[in-house]
Amino acid sequence: MRFGNLGKKLFCGAATLALASAVSAQNVVKLGMVGEFSGPFAQYGQQILGGMKAYMKLHGDTVAGKKIEIVQKDTGGPAPDVAKRLAQELVTRDNVDILVGFGLTPNALAVAPVATEAKKAMVIMNAATSIITTRSPYIVRVSMTLPQITQPMAVWAAKNGIKKVYTVVADYGPGLDSEKAFSEAFKAAGGEIVGSIHTPLQNPDFAPFVQRVKDAKPEAVFLFLPAGEQGIAFMKGYAERGLAQAGIKLIATGDITDDGVLEAMGEPTLGLITSFHYSAAHNSPENAAFKKAYAEVNGDKLRPNFMAAGGYDGMAAIYEALKKTNGSTDGDKLVAAMKGMKLVSPRGPIMIDPETRDVVQTVYIRKVEKTGGGLYNVEFDKFPDQKDPGK
Amino acid sequence: MSALPTLKWNKFEIAFWLIPIAAFFLFPRYLTLGSQILIAGLFALSLDLILGYARIISLGHAAFFGLGAYTAGLLAKHGFGEPLSGLFAAAAVAALAGWITSFLIVRGQDLTRLMVTLGIGLMLFETANQASSITGGVDGLSGVEMKKIFGVFGFGLDGKAAYLYSLAVLFVVFNATRALVRSPFGLSLRGIREGERRMPAIGASVRRKLVAVYTIGAGIAGIAGALLAQTTQFVGIDVFGFQRSAELMIMLVLGGTGYLYGGLLGAAVFMILQDYLANLNPVYWQFWLGLLLVLIVLFARGGLMGGLAVLHDRVWRTSR
Amino acid sequence: MTTIVSFIGVLFDGVAYGSLLFLISIGLSVTMGLMNFINLAHGAFAMLGGYAAVVAMSRLGIPFLPALAIAFAVSGAVGALLERVLYRRLYRAAHLDQVLFTIGLTLMSIATATYFFGPAQQPVRLPGFLTGQLHVLGVDLGTYRLFLIAMVVLATLALTFLVERTRFGAQVRASVDNQQASVGLGINVERVFSVTFALGSALAGLGGALGIDVLGLDPTFPLKYMVYFLLVVAVGGAGTIRGPLIAALILGVFDVAGKYYVPQIGSFVIYAVMVIMLLLFPAGLVGRRA
Repeated sequence: MRFGNLGKKLFCGAATLALASAVSAQNVVKLGMVGEFSGPFAQYGQQILGGMKAYMKLHGDTVAGKKIEIVQKDTGGPAPDVAKRLAQELVTRDNVDILVGFGLTPNALAVAPVATEAKKAMVIMNAATSIITTRSPYIVRVSMTLPQITQPMAVWAAKNGIKKVYTVVADYGPGLDSEKAFSEAFKAAGGEIVGSIHTPLQNPDFAPFVQRVKDAKPEAVFLFLPAGEQGIAFMKGYAERGLAQAGIKLIATGDITDDGVLEAMGEPTLGLITSFHYSAAHNSPENAAFKKAYAEVNGDKLRPNFMAAGGYDGMAAIYEALKKTNGSTDGDKLVAAMKGMKLVSPRGPIMIDPETRDVVQTVYIRKVEKTGGGLYNVEFDKFPDQKDPGK
Repeated sequence: MSALPTLKWNKFEIAFWLIPIAAFFLFPRYLTLGSQILIAGLFALSLDLILGYARIISLGHAAFFGLGAYTAGLLAKHGFGEPLSGLFAAAAVAALAGWITSFLIVRGQDLTRLMVTLGIGLMLFETANQASSITGGVDGLSGVEMKKIFGVFGFGLDGKAAYLYSLAVLFVVFNATRALVRSPFGLSLRGIREGERRMPAIGASVRRKLVAVYTIGAGIAGIAGALLAQTTQFVGIDVFGFQRSAELMIMLVLGGTGYLYGGLLGAAVFMILQDYLANLNPVYWQFWLGLLLVLIVLFARGGLMGGLAVLHDRVWRTSR
Repeated sequence: MTTIVSFIGVLFDGVAYGSLLFLISIGLSVTMGLMNFINLAHGAFAMLGGYAAVVAMSRLGIPFLPALAIAFAVSGAVGALLERVLYRRLYRAAHLDQVLFTIGLTLMSIATATYFFGPAQQPVRLPGFLTGQLHVLGVDLGTYRLFLIAMVVLATLALTFLVERTRFGAQVRASVDNQQASVGLGINVERVFSVTFALGSALAGLGGALGIDVLGLDPTFPLKYMVYFLLVVAVGGAGTIRGPLIAALILGVFDVAGKYYVPQIGSFVIYAVMVIMLLLFPAGLVGRRA
């Protein structure tokens, strides 16, 4: 039973490819997906694709008289040379009309010139470094930027009586961006940064860093780490060292309590306050429909997270744009159609900024609670219409 | 010294070099992959020099590849985008780093060398990450703008210029390497490979030769890195990654060490297969790649070149 | 005073971290040192142990300690099976072939784990008596870290006894030193190697299960931590128990101290220490038996 399934899964990739070439090219819109499907970031690709499929499940695979097809390519992780090659091949060999996906910033940055040269629309469904959208006039981002989701956390903390914060961020570009965004906003709101640490990327044990924070006795610690095992490791250190008992609150961006890993992190996360744009616990009919469709397409093993929401909204933007252009896939027309577009997403209302082609959205303040048989980020405060302050 | 190997080309070698030329015309839509194969082949060639000829096992060869890539990338980003001078600069920087680190590597045995090279590679990775204001850190170095080759050929989407440029560089460097291993210097390397302890007895300084070959290997790896940076017009921090060193080792051993051609063949087979499997199945393709490696070791040891050599011997013998 | 207390805390954390490094690497020292086999798939056996423990705990409801035993047994059994079917053919192969072969196995294990368990991190819930901190003489000591240190003491004693005091240990040492002579003496070398390999795999599985709480567990585990296994064994010298133990403790203490006192360069410390140690002791701290 299991193994029969294995065979099916292993070869379904081949089947879709074969199918793709069989349908006549005239009435088809091909989406070339550059994503991470193997290696340490495999979850990125699976989540994004899962979200895209969920959208197609709910809205059909045809729009403006054209059938939508996805050609899936794997970069195997942060590999800009591979990503760029795949994008070139998608454009020149597979004749795709739109480039989609992009979980990681370097992959998106490397592909940007391809979109410009080929004049193809390129929809960023996750990668979150601020500068990406400036690298090509054909890039539209539906996910988020780091400063966008970080700043509200600082404002909220200052408003709620936290005056001294210690920042802990992963020692790489996004971490430093996040630290900068938080510190600036927090100081502007009258707070004080009493210390900061940059933790190595390959770092299995956070105990020494957690100890350092504890010894400095701040009122709260602001945390930014890439989604995945690092967050788990930090939370374990936080719980083990008893920082909560010592009166040190933990505030973070929502990457750390990513819906995909929240269960694995377990009870130490209870009460953790984060700022983010999507929570699986978001209470709206759109989100309920999204979660249901996601489970039907992808099974219930994986909970949809913000990347899945990014994939879903990317498809929504593409569908709506194709409706406006009457099925034309001309890059300039599609991007023009997406500028200023407003969508009701599973995360709430979002808009594509007509100036920057970046996403404008509500950022929520959430708290980890146990509801409905699991751990969820429950939203309790919000900052509507947040633009990317990084630009 | 009467029997130095000649530099004359045999018919197999000529046939081998006709393949990439034929591929240019036969597979015009696969040229980007083609140029990356050529670059990987050049990189594997550099490892073959130190592994196949000097028996230095390295799991950190990406260090020099990365140095070359960042050298060429940074030059181009800051206005010096002429490709050929970028290659020379990259080779110089990588060779210098190779020369400095070679003193740590020539001492020690297999496992020690493996770990020292690995450690140096990882430390360079961290350095590139820390110096993100210069290198772009994990986001990568974008804004690499190349000038046209000889002021005429620009790198375009079709990948033609990148392919021919990479092929030309590979051919030139390969010939230089081929001449090197057939020189007295190369023969003494072979002597080291066969029995390191005996060499001093015939008056050869093992240490100095190892330093020299390691430096040259590093320089060639730097050229390969520079080629990737120039043709991709982007440098990601993964150029220093452990995975790149490990994959390089797989390519070379797959092709067969100590033939020079092994690295080229291994790179081609590995990357075509990887591309094919990843297209077939983007999520689980590593399984098939792993299975292939296991099968090769079980049934086709010595790599592809080893297998071909056996085949050639058999045919040659029976035909006599 | 506080600096001394914090220094003791750092020292303790370093020893605990070193203990973990030792536990996940000792199996590799056994296969690599005693059998002269470069088994880069060591991490795959560790991962297998980790998943066995997770499945035992979360799906079968087995408590943590028995789950560790299951991890040990499952990895050992799979190790024995693979030894019989595959590894045995490669004992005399060149080191490079062994490297290639075991990298192949590692890639397969990653894809297989992704298929069965998905790419996400696996949750593990430690029993209550292993969580939290103990307050001893003004220093906070993590309970699980104390437990890890205790496990290291146990493992070291058991292995030392096994290799140096038992008949089996003598057979292993004889087989490693001189295969032909051992066969002549009536030792079943093949079986000795099988059992040794299974033991190495089982230890890997135990280390993997013990490590989940600190290292996490996902399909890329075998590649992600390969560097750490090799590090410990190379610095310590393969084939002994003492060498890797000392190496793991030194690396652990330096790593933790580096991250605490000079976090700016924290990530370099472990590699720098490794390179320096390898230059000082090219054959490892405790050289392999000739």
